Amino acid sequence: MALSDKDRIFTNLYGAQPWNLEAARKRGNWDGTAGIIAKGRDWIVEEMKQSGLRGRGGAGFPTGMKWSFMPKQSDGRPSYLVVNCDESEPGTCKDRDIVRHDPHTLIEGCLLAAFGMGAHAAYIYIRGEFYNESVTLQAAIDEAYEAGLLGKNAAGSGWDFDLYLHRGAGAYICGEETALIESLEGKKGMPRLKPPFPAAVGLYGCPSTVNNVETIAVVPTILRRGASWFSSFGRPKNSGTKLFCIQGHVNKPCNVEEEMSIPMRELIERHAGGVRGGWDNLLCVIPGGSSTPLLPKSICDDVLMDFDALREHKSGLGTAAVIVMDKSTDIIKAIARLAAFYKHESCGQCTPCREGMGWQMRLMNRMVEGNAEIEEIDLLENVTRRIEGHTICALADGGVWPVQGLIRHFRPVMEERIRQYKARTMPMAAE
Amino acid sequence: MAKVTVDGIEVEVPNGASVLQACEAAGKEIPRFCYHERLSVAGNCRMCLVEVEKAPKPVASCAYPVNDGMKVFTDSAVVRQARRNVMEFLLINHPLDCPICDQGGECDLQDQAYAFGADGSRYTEAKRAVKDKNIGPLVKTVMTRCIQCTRCVRFSAEVAGTAELGGTNRGENLEIGTYVEKALTSELSGNLIDICPVGALTSRPYAFVSRPWELKKTDSIDVLDAVGCNIRVDARGPEVLRIIPRVNEAVNEEWMADRGRFSFDGLKRRRLDRPWVRKDGKLVAATWPEAFSAIAAKLSGLSGDRIGAVAGALADAESTLALKDLMAAYGSTNLDCRDDFATIDASRPDFYRFNTTIAGIDEADALLIIGSDVRREAPVLNARIRKRWTQGKFKVGFVGPRGVDLTYPATYLGDGPAAMSAFAETLKGAEKPMIILGRGALSRPDGAAVLAVSWALAAEVGALKPDWHGFNLLHLFGGQVGALELGFVPGQGGKDQAAMLGGGVDALWLLNADGFDPARIGADTFVIYQGHHGDAMAGRADVILPGAAYTEKEATWVNTEGRAQRGRLAVFPPGEAKEDWRIIRAFSEGVGKTLPYDDTAAIRAALAAASPVFGRVGEVQRAGCADMAGPAGGSVSGVPFVLPLPVYHQADVISRASDVMAECAAIYGPAPALAAE
Repeated sequence: MALSDKDRIFTNLYGAQPWNLEAARKRGNWDGTAGIIAKGRDWIVEEMKQSGLRGRGGAGFPTGMKWSFMPKQSDGRPSYLVVNCDESEPGTCKDRDIVRHDPHTLIEGCLLAAFGMGAHAAYIYIRGEFYNESVTLQAAIDEAYEAGLLGKNAAGSGWDFDLYLHRGAGAYICGEETALIESLEGKKGMPRLKPPFPAAVGLYGCPSTVNNVETIAVVPTILRRGASWFSSFGRPKNSGTKLFCIQGHVNKPCNVEEEMSIPMRELIERHAGGVRGGWDNLLCVIPGGSSTPLLPKSICDDVLMDFDALREHKSGLGTAAVIVMDKSTDIIKAIARLAAFYKHESCGQCTPCREGMGWQMRLMNRMVEGNAEIEEIDLLENVTRRIEGHTICALADGGVWPVQGLIRHFRPVMEERIRQYKARTMPMAAE
Repeated sequence: MAKVTVDGIEVEVPNGASVLQACEAAGKEIPRFCYHERLSVAGNCRMCLVEVEKAPKPVASCAYPVNDGMKVFTDSAVVRQARRNVMEFLLINHPLDCPICDQGGECDLQDQAYAFGADGSRYTEAKRAVKDKNIGPLVKTVMTRCIQCTRCVRFSAEVAGTAELGGTNRGENLEIGTYVEKALTSELSGNLIDICPVGALTSRPYAFVSRPWELKKTDSIDVLDAVGCNIRVDARGPEVLRIIPRVNEAVNEEWMADRGRFSFDGLKRRRLDRPWVRKDGKLVAATWPEAFSAIAAKLSGLSGDRIGAVAGALADAESTLALKDLMAAYGSTNLDCRDDFATIDASRPDFYRFNTTIAGIDEADALLIIGSDVRREAPVLNARIRKRWTQGKFKVGFVGPRGVDLTYPATYLGDGPAAMSAFAETLKGAEKPMIILGRGALSRPDGAAVLAVSWALAAEVGALKPDWHGFNLLHLFGGQVGALELGFVPGQGGKDQAAMLGGGVDALWLLNADGFDPARIGADTFVIYQGHHGDAMAGRADVILPGAAYTEKEATWVNTEGRAQRGRLAVFPPGEAKEDWRIIRAFSEGVGKTLPYDDTAAIRAALAAASPVFGRVGEVQRAGCADMAGPAGGSVSGVPFVLPLPVYHQADVISRASDVMAECAAIYGPAPALAAE
């Protein structure tokens, strides 16, 4: 069963209607916002916990719990909400469409979430390349200010709330929450050590929570329709609806809001027009954005699209960016391209990531040609293990998982490539 | 306190301490590159990973706070593997050029690769190379060796306060540099060489000179400013090859200033290596007996009040005492140690000492600086002030020339003595206010009045309390306070320096006195110059007695706080030059006025008898102010203060003889405040 239209949160995901406030109000945004705030901060946090919403930025941390880490009583420092719109994970394009076509879901969500964590100000950090989107979002924010939905006594709720938009400069690492905070403060976007966690010492040294755009944008609807409505979708602990970005070798690439835990095959066939050349032409799928390990067809046949099911197969839901590759794909080259991306985007702070990503890329580049020894596949595997889990942030982990996935599922292809290369070059060497 | 178990050893450490500190408390060595006790924690080298019970991954011990009951493992398989991993990654792009690297033998990377690394590399791809940067004449860069630990970045931003270094690019291409290539402007830049754990930042003057195991290492004291930095003099044969700081928490922590560190090549140039005597208007080489008899002949015909002596900036305490005793034997009370004409009142020690002490700066909560560019006059002390400022709730006021950058914000009050009262309210509001009066602010006609007014201000704002002494005089060189402690000032009926010059005496004994223009000495005055460098004053002398520089003698120095410290002989004086007090002692014997000490122990006993300061070497007695009565003075003028050291890198005879310092002076130019005049 598919998600019915009445249960969609992002009703203007495809931009069929204008994004502006008037149209947004007709779609139900900003309806009874003050009334929700009147129910109190604890109610909001409790409702979020009940809804089972897990962060939509990739890590899948329970949102209600994250909010509950914020101090109940200020020690003199203000609290901040920071919204991560630095959507840079290759394959992911959900936040962009939210900001483009449905910015008021996000803005209303900012107000409710900020109230829920006692913040009077929120910052939206938007990726620098999203220029047009930033113009739209700023216009929407201005509109909301004019309508009294932001600013003093926001939306008539009695809560003062300011919302600021900040454009980044287009570094992938600035999507990491502490690097984002550093960048927002005007410094070089390099992740900070944790602890202290942002909820204790975050933006400008104050308690802060960093949430993904989608996480914040679904908040108003959850609070309006109730936690039990939201948690009725998907499997336990993986509840809700989710935006999936389906792309690659499918007939109709698209962004679509679907129920969590939908089978991958159903998702692709119902919404993206199926795999090019039919399901049997499928080679593999990267299920959650470039940093999640790929899954071969045998797993894709019946895997469910949620956090836990994908984790069981040593991959992850990530940002739910489904990258479909059919049998025409040179999978080694595809993953080598990702290795080059992570080498380029490493901030250079931690030794294993700084040095290891380049090593991994160079090894992968040789694997593409087959100009390597079979044992070097083990070396490559070992190098990725030595990088993983030894750094400040998770970029290094995300950077080695695609390669680990490749070796896990396509080692025979890599070995064959090496043999072919040797067969091609050896006779010449003998001459 | 938190109880932490490290490899089965239970230790108690304060809450908020890092796991690394707990491991050190348990006596476990944790390898590290980016971590440095005196810098902020970066946590990026990942060398200090340890295993913590229940943590899913190894944690960076330098940044991870302890919890009560925590169990830490520093030698498990996971930890050993993690260290080998990091070591391998660090070395894949490191050039491994240890045989031609100046850091070789004292390199953290080398040592830790031996201790924690694997025996070979599995890396067969092309290595990264990084273009070297020119960051000035003192620090040499070989950036390919850099392991991006960012210690230098944090040092320049946090300790030196100049924030000139940073990282450009990212990932594998991360490079440390100054963004736009330029020479570092910090007076503490030499410390970058010490904190760099690899051979990326090395000493340019020391490049390819020596290996650490070839050097004879002698602990000593820096005298080229009045902080009294604890140093180690590294020498090979007759040559000093480098000078590096030693740790002394109460004085220099582990830093030292560039002039003290890099001007040692001046010790080899323009040296006085034999006695000279003026004959027929020309200085001619002489023997010691000839020089002594020339002096004896001159002095024998003079009454005591026609003989005078001046001790200068770099005179050690032993020779100052010997000269004072010799003058007494001649019946002379014409003594002065203020060769820069600073009107210092030597009648009470707290009129001329840095009473708060350097460590005491950490406690102060407001500071007024009068007529002193502390950053250039005492860079290490300035770093201490900056450290206090970074901790917050510390207001600084400054009186002096406009445009002085102290590396921390200071309220500019004005350029003359009248401006200092503008800060009185702030000082009154502070619990432990401090006033730092520059020695240069006293080298002017109304100097005595400036001293008196400053003291009066200190008394007025509550800086003088039984448990807090907030009045401080900042001296400029290592020999200045010792002479004051010994009372090397005009005695009963004695003439001061100004009176001795211009013909006030017929014979003038100058002990390292280079602080004034030789032309001010009367044309008929017979000048005995005892010193180690052939600077301007030696050219005016009638007899030159070649002495030893501070690296060439066993001598006692007193820093601006009144802390006596011992310098030691690292190399022998060149040629026929001798230890200074022995020269005076030998002369006294020749003229039948034998001084009552003939070995180091005896003269040190005499020193201790002369002043209690010399009885407690290495220590300083910190006391509050017992007597509020201030020094006598007159009325101050409105003349603006002038800074005493126009060129930081060439302030004394040794640095003026140094090529390295000459190059620095050419690059960095005179201090901006003077350039504006």
